[in-house]
Amino acid sequence: MTDRSFGGFVARAAAAGELVVQPRMGVAGPARMRAGLAAVRGAGVRAAGTITVDSFTRVGEHLAVRRALDTGAELNGYPIVAHSPGTTRAVLDGLRGRDFPVQVRHGSACPQKIVAALLAAGLDATEGGPLSYCLPYSRVPVAESVRAWAESCLLLSDARERGARPHLESFGGCMMGQLCPPSLLVAISVLEGLFFRQHGVDSMSLSYAQQTDPGQDAEAVAALRALAAEHLSDVDWHVVLYTYMGVFPRTPHGATALLERSAELAVRTGAERLIVKTTAEAHRIPTVAENVTALVTAAAAAAQAEPGGPIEDTGVLDEARALVEAVLGLAPDVGIALVRAVERGYLDVPYCLHQDNAGRTRAFVDGDGRLQWSRIGALPLPAGRAVPAAAPTADELLRSLTHVERAFDRPSPRPQE
Amino acid sequence: MELDAARPDAARLDIVVSGLASDAHTWNLVYLQLVLEEMGHRVTNLGACVPDGLLTSKCGQAAPDLVVLGSVNGHGFQDARRVIGPLRARLAGTPVVIGGKLGVDGAGGRAAALLAAGFDAVFEDADAIPQFRRYVERLSAGVRS
Repeated sequence: MTDRSFGGFVARAAAAGELVVQPRMGVAGPARMRAGLAAVRGAGVRAAGTITVDSFTRVGEHLAVRRALDTGAELNGYPIVAHSPGTTRAVLDGLRGRDFPVQVRHGSACPQKIVAALLAAGLDATEGGPLSYCLPYSRVPVAESVRAWAESCLLLSDARERGARPHLESFGGCMMGQLCPPSLLVAISVLEGLFFRQHGVDSMSLSYAQQTDPGQDAEAVAALRALAAEHLSDVDWHVVLYTYMGVFPRTPHGATALLERSAELAVRTGAERLIVKTTAEAHRIPTVAENVTALVTAAAAAAQAEPGGPIEDTGVLDEARALVEAVLGLAPDVGIALVRAVERGYLDVPYCLHQDNAGRTRAFVDGDGRLQWSRIGALPLPAGRAVPAAAPTADELLRSLTHVERAFDRPSPRPQE
Repeated sequence: MELDAARPDAARLDIVVSGLASDAHTWNLVYLQLVLEEMGHRVTNLGACVPDGLLTSKCGQAAPDLVVLGSVNGHGFQDARRVIGPLRARLAGTPVVIGGKLGVDGAGGRAAALLAAGFDAVFEDADAIPQFRRYVERLSAGVRS
């Protein structure tokens, strides 16, 4: 039988030495959504397709979706719950296949309806996680998100009965998009992977988002691979890298260079898949054409890049391992351990306003451009992991938030080399 | 206290900062909180994805001097036009302002419709933050606590 699974596609690309590139892409109308997928498929690169769900659907405001569809108002994605399974099947028909898997991206802390809708349309790949789509993006209590994600994992894993191999990606490596130190990103990705496995998912990806320093990022991806190898050896997994998720360069040359650096980082670290950003990122939701350009640019940069190279050790693996082991020590059930870990501040995301997040940690970009803790709160890390730093004033926060944008928007054509 | 001493005519305002129902972005809200706190004001930050009912009830309870809504996900225009009516029903005379990227096309130009819908000010230009600071300064100078 032909392997149409998301994980199988990525594994075949990796075996061929090719990086899978993937956009974020979602429009409300089925015909335009189909045209977008067709353009990605026809881009001439090893691409996975994306259906990004609109944010009304993400937060469960299905009435607002209906109103927007009825009145022709703008939606920022494809309303997969409002459209019938038949409509979504027609969007995918003849496009999705062995050489073009499609992942549904949504951002929901309680994604059961979205998961049910994508399964009903014959899809079986999605992403998120009980912490990564709860703490930064929702008002849902962590315990409720854990229950919702356990149900969603079960819905997905049930699709194995129809011969599918459902794939779930942890968004844990992207917490808050920026200013979350690498060790916490790595730890949350691994912990969400363990949660997915506990609830029956046996094909998954672990994420990491490009941050401020290529050397630190390479160390972080190596740490992610090391911990995944230790903890998830009995499931199919790969690493998905995200092009920078923070305040993005506004110039075309800066945005393109940052994208190229992320593709090089992916190849250097053995990440199998890359979620790209476009030159429109700083300004608006990108067009299909801008997404296709970004995919081609990233694939070209990846083809020129060299795998391997030295990886320094500044303690990211030790920190991430300390976080993972401390959390797993809180309960034999991973979901309960996650809830307790947030309660105790063992997992405490800097600047995250969620009511369950302890909010006692802070991070900043240091003078060398590396991401550092300035306060570690109750994180179970050795003392001395935090660097004393100035109190985070608005200006200081803005300086850290815009560090990458400023570096890449400088007139120099190839920054950070 | 230093801030009060430096600007004796300015009042310390109680300000609610909030995202809108469908918007998951929070950096804009974290930043706005710091900006306002450094100006000497007290901020209640409701965070991201605040449903309309929660926003109106929290604002009703807090009886703030100013409500600041931030949105950058492209749904701000729709979310804001929907919620301003219920907000006005609870806070008839309280200044309510909004800023950010309010539409999916990045074109701007939605200020007139939002002002007509009941907002007191809309900040979506390149120099939105300086304009916003000046707005809050004027408001603060005109309020006696």
